[in-house]
Amino acid sequence: MKLALKVTEIEQLSPLVKRFRFEDPKGASLPVFSGGAHITVEMPEGDTIRRNSYSLISDPYDGSGYEIAVRREDRGRGGSLYMHRKLSEGDDITVSTPANLFQLDLRARKHVLIGGGIGITPFLSQLKQLDMEQKPFELHYAARSREEAAGLKLLPKAAHIHVHLSEEGARMDLGAILDGQPMGTHVYTCGPEGLIAAVADQAARLGWPKSTVHSEAFTAPPPGEPFDVVIASTGQTVTVKADQSLLEALEAAKVEINYSCRGGVCGRCRTKVIACEGRILHNDHWLSIEERAAQKDIMPCMSRFKGTRLELDL
Amino acid sequence: MTMQFNDETFRGDYTYHNSQKAIRRFPFPFDQDAYMYSVNIEQHPGGPEGSPFEVMFDVDEHYVAEMKDREITLAEDPLRCQSLPHMELAGWDLLELIMVSKARDYPELFTLHRDGNDWHWINKPLGIEKKFTFLDPTTLPCGPMEYITRQTQGDFALLHERDGNLWMDAGMVTSQADWSLDFDVGMNFFEWHAPVPKARKMGVFDKALKFLLSVGQDQSYRRLNWTLTVNPRLDTSPETYHKWGPEKRSVTPENVGRKQFLRVELQTFFRLPRSNALAFPIRCYLANLEDLAGQPKWGRRLHRVLRDIDPTLAEYKGFAVNQEMIVDYLSQFDDGAPTSPGIFPDG
Amino acid sequence: MPKTEFSPSIESRPTYPGLTSQGSAPAIMVADAAGAEALVDLVATDASVMDHAHVVLIAKAPELAAKLTALTPKALHEAPDLDAATPLVTQILDTAKMGTQLYLAGSEGVIGHVSALAFARGLPMEAIQSEHRGSIARRMQCVHCKGITEDVTTDPFVCAHCDLTLFMRDHFSRRLGVFQAVCVDAETPGVVPATEEIRP
Ligand code: FES
Repeated sequence: MKLALKVTEIEQLSPLVKRFRFEDPKGASLPVFSGGAHITVEMPEGDTIRRNSYSLISDPYDGSGYEIAVRREDRGRGGSLYMHRKLSEGDDITVSTPANLFQLDLRARKHVLIGGGIGITPFLSQLKQLDMEQKPFELHYAARSREEAAGLKLLPKAAHIHVHLSEEGARMDLGAILDGQPMGTHVYTCGPEGLIAAVADQAARLGWPKSTVHSEAFTAPPPGEPFDVVIASTGQTVTVKADQSLLEALEAAKVEINYSCRGGVCGRCRTKVIACEGRILHNDHWLSIEERAAQKDIMPCMSRFKGTRLELDL
Repeated sequence: MTMQFNDETFRGDYTYHNSQKAIRRFPFPFDQDAYMYSVNIEQHPGGPEGSPFEVMFDVDEHYVAEMKDREITLAEDPLRCQSLPHMELAGWDLLELIMVSKARDYPELFTLHRDGNDWHWINKPLGIEKKFTFLDPTTLPCGPMEYITRQTQGDFALLHERDGNLWMDAGMVTSQADWSLDFDVGMNFFEWHAPVPKARKMGVFDKALKFLLSVGQDQSYRRLNWTLTVNPRLDTSPETYHKWGPEKRSVTPENVGRKQFLRVELQTFFRLPRSNALAFPIRCYLANLEDLAGQPKWGRRLHRVLRDIDPTLAEYKGFAVNQEMIVDYLSQFDDGAPTSPGIFPDG
Repeated sequence: MPKTEFSPSIESRPTYPGLTSQGSAPAIMVADAAGAEALVDLVATDASVMDHAHVVLIAKAPELAAKLTALTPKALHEAPDLDAATPLVTQILDTAKMGTQLYLAGSEGVIGHVSALAFARGLPMEAIQSEHRGSIARRMQCVHCKGITEDVTTDPFVCAHCDLTLFMRDHFSRRLGVFQAVCVDAETPGVVPATEEIRP
């Protein structure tokens, strides 16, 4: 289901990050959600609709509006630039209903949340949920400098919320954070790939069971060189432009395809490859190393192609 | 239109009965003359006017009697209702979903006034009026899931999503087809389905799980499942099997039409907003062979389905011992004429 | 006695792949008399596994206790039976930190019960290692009266609490650490099949 909303607030949180608030034009209440949920935002540009997913940062039980924080990616496909440059207060905006691929495991006896840079966003809604649940937790937010740390404006001041600014010499020490946590603790990481890998590494070294280590690597699809794909059912050739994702190109060509996260983590868009002469540039977080190597499947929301022929089972 | 509720029992003297209207709207589960194990999922709600698919939570003439039967079962065995500690939020989600739906779909029976978290609920058929604070369990006499499911027909399972699986971490189960909530609570999707023969091998559950995990907050679905039960008994739990088991052997060629019931489960799936859990209501409808055969299409089809069914399934569904008698009885309604597609009766 | 190999069964039936050392990490080891041998074998592959290990021995067997003490665990705790071991294990689990390894060895009853205790405290199943040794007796829960009958070796058997004759299912609850048992003559009271010894 889609929600037709209005942009009611835009706030510059840091030089690169803006906060947006969307509300129903008639003031109707929006569906509430769970901590860590995201929405997909539609950005019409010319003949295509770009869709990016963003974590909700507002109170999950407050249906009066949805808020997101968007970092401007100057070398991205243009989604964040649209949000930063084209969108003004009062504009119409279409978003999806919330979905959650990064929920808290509510059985945990304690939660450790680790956010790097813009990766702080999913934790902002989770904090509200944790407060209501009265569950013990600690949050660690790492950013380069005070100026870049957009999350500082959104985080409450509390003893269990720790800010690590590397420019001020306060680098995050993952060993110290994870060591000695009580049995039943779960850790959640969101941010750059490097941070996610470092937390996973450290947890493994300390013998944390895999199912207690959670992460979300939400990234928008990267731009790249244009390429063509052939749709097996119709024989039609679809051209994917440099600043378009394969999924967006398929949608623009009216090819039916499933999706949810548009960030390579939910698995919904998985598509069979019938012929592949060349190399699939897998940018998703869904396929295993073996599946990637086999080149028999592609995740169109994130991945691209370099070569002479790619035929999809669509 | 006001609804008439039957005065009837689901145990002892078994006075349960269906009106003509209830028979016509019975969710007959077979859309063709043979039964194939399948996932057969459709969007819910949505269906012909008056059918049990029309609204989120169907309320029918058996409502009040079913709730009484649940009360009796719970008084004898409180473990039929369980909620692991992390599932309370999902219980509130379910309470909201049901109260909002029922007040919207049956305004003459249910009313809900909301002012922020101050809620006022009126359930006329059961004579309940309650003011409480949403999300505050101290303002209800029991947990939110138990509270609302004591007022809603059907069994309920609440499934927690984690590690790419679904875990049955809460439920209210008093009309189950032979599985124990107390034993299965806390199990994942594959564990609690483990006793079902063949299905894992056929990949049915892998597909079903994948589907369920992808159900979004704005979507809800349903499927039908079925079995056969002797007597209109809701509580066919393993817990009380030694008490109702002998009844299974009380069927004779003379009484089979009235004593043998088709038991249909209308299973629905909802993604709950605050907990991101899945609600899995399992509503049970009962009709005896005689009433069903009153619809010529159903008489013919039921005969063909039960005659040709895979013997392993007849065994699993627990009617193998009576199968011959059932098929003999039904054969009188099958003249060999073709049947129309779909589940609804003709004319 | 060597590690037991069970025949393949349904999804809910636990399997016991055997113990593998996770090195010199904090550890909790629980074993009955037969299972103690599995700990001895484990140490033979890697002596460092005992460096930070709390060992709970469920047996009245001083010679076994001596044998385990000789493996130099951090601490050895003894309990005569599962009931006496429960508060002991619970207390160790309650103060344990993330990264603590759990090694269980012995009968299905010991493994199932201690797994359930650990699971309730947030230790996921994947972090629990187990090896079956000794008796294949099962811990059975009567689905009717909920009473647990320990050390069941025949099928059917009589419930120790409600006297119904029950048959064994392979359906297993990790939360309760028990197999399910159901009345065998519910539909035809008195008609009970011949009793057989269970096999792995
Ligand atoms: S849409 Fe989620 S993985 Fe592609």
